[in-house]
Amino acid sequence: MSRRARLALFAVAAAALAVTLGIGLAGLPSFGSQVSSYAKLLNVLAPRQRHVTDVVSAVTFDYRGIDTLFEEFILLGAVAGISMLLRPLSDEVRELPEDKVPDRAIPPPSPAVWLLAVLLSSLLALIGLETVTHGVLTPGGGFQAGVVLASAIYVVYLGTNYTTVERYQPDALLEASDGVGAFGFVVIGLLGLLAGDVFLTNVVGLGVTGNMIAGGTIALLNLTVGLEVAGGFAILASEFLDQTAVIRTRTKQ
Amino acid sequence: MSDAVIAVALVWVAASGTAVVLTRDPLQQAFVAGFFGLGLAFLYLSMQAGDVALSQIVVGAIALPLIVLLSLAKVRKGRE
Amino acid sequence: MSVLAYGVVAWLFLIGLYGVVTSRNLIHMVVCVSVAQSATDVLLLEIGYRAGGHAPVFVSLPAHPGPAVDAVTQALALTDVVVGATVTALLLALAVQVHKRAGTLDPDALRATKE
Repeated sequence: MSRRARLALFAVAAAALAVTLGIGLAGLPSFGSQVSSYAKLLNVLAPRQRHVTDVVSAVTFDYRGIDTLFEEFILLGAVAGISMLLRPLSDEVRELPEDKVPDRAIPPPSPAVWLLAVLLSSLLALIGLETVTHGVLTPGGGFQAGVVLASAIYVVYLGTNYTTVERYQPDALLEASDGVGAFGFVVIGLLGLLAGDVFLTNVVGLGVTGNMIAGGTIALLNLTVGLEVAGGFAILASEFLDQTAVIRTRTKQ
Repeated sequence: MSDAVIAVALVWVAASGTAVVLTRDPLQQAFVAGFFGLGLAFLYLSMQAGDVALSQIVVGAIALPLIVLLSLAKVRKGRE
Repeated sequence: MSVLAYGVVAWLFLIGLYGVVTSRNLIHMVVCVSVAQSATDVLLLEIGYRAGGHAPVFVSLPAHPGPAVDAVTQALALTDVVVGATVTALLLALAVQVHKRAGTLDPDALRATKE
């Protein structure tokens, strides 16, 4: 199909979609007018029932925990897919990164960049740990903190070079973190089954509202999801980095 | 007052979303996409969604530009 | 306000689709897909918004806090943002490998291999 024919077809289809979307969206209640009764109920019940102050965390990891499990496994599957897609192919070879190649003199990173990387990386690691542990109290939690922790790893690459990254962030450790996080979620869910109740029931002691260790399994699931997301995003960046820095097509000699 | 803030955020998001699509060069698009992500985070924050705004900030400022730029670097290296 | 709010959702989705259809570069196309995806997040949050409401975090509130916004849609949108970024990364990995095999990132120039 030629490009113009495709564009004409898209124009027709987009007009139909726009009309359908318009009719559908017009049937919604006016913006900001009402909230579902399930949400109103949860806003009242969650602090009392689960001893947490951040209802969004309680919904993510307790009331709708099974949805989060599925989303987490989508993440795991996507990371596994990326690892598989970006593996060295049959006509590729892993070579030395450019700063190690003997006939090329790359200047070492400047001390200012290195210092900034050290400061930023430690700051980001601290912020990530703070976000993951305070997920039950304030906006935060495993998903956000995982990406912040992974960014602490990215900053190391930005401030140094590929060899440092490879030495201090072994792939095995990142993959283990990813797997342990995903597995930990399922294990904590199974605790509910073992206690004679439903999968993902909150069976650990609930604690006092306002404490950092409160909400029972919510705090634990925050930690496992943080591990998994951090490991997943770090693997992601490491795979793309390998492709850029190391993997080259085998040249025919 | 909060309605005005949400309206500004919505216009920002719509305008920068259009700019992201109309920027054809992927390298320039990565920067405009960062601006779009910031607008989204501002919108989520003005709609009282702190958790989602935090997610959008970390993803839109860190994860997405990094992988887009690494892909571009790989593609450009292959072209040499 | 409703027209602007829901109109932006429809606009973002349609402009993202337009970008995918008229794209000449696979990486540009992937970022347009992520624009269309963010339209769904915005719609989720708009459905859960309550005018004059505060965030569903019940700590350090004033004496008469008023209603809170919907926490369920925020939970859905939160995981969606992070997982959406990962799926975007998967699409970019596909684009990188396609470039290696076909030598081009132009979707119009890609043809099924006949080997």
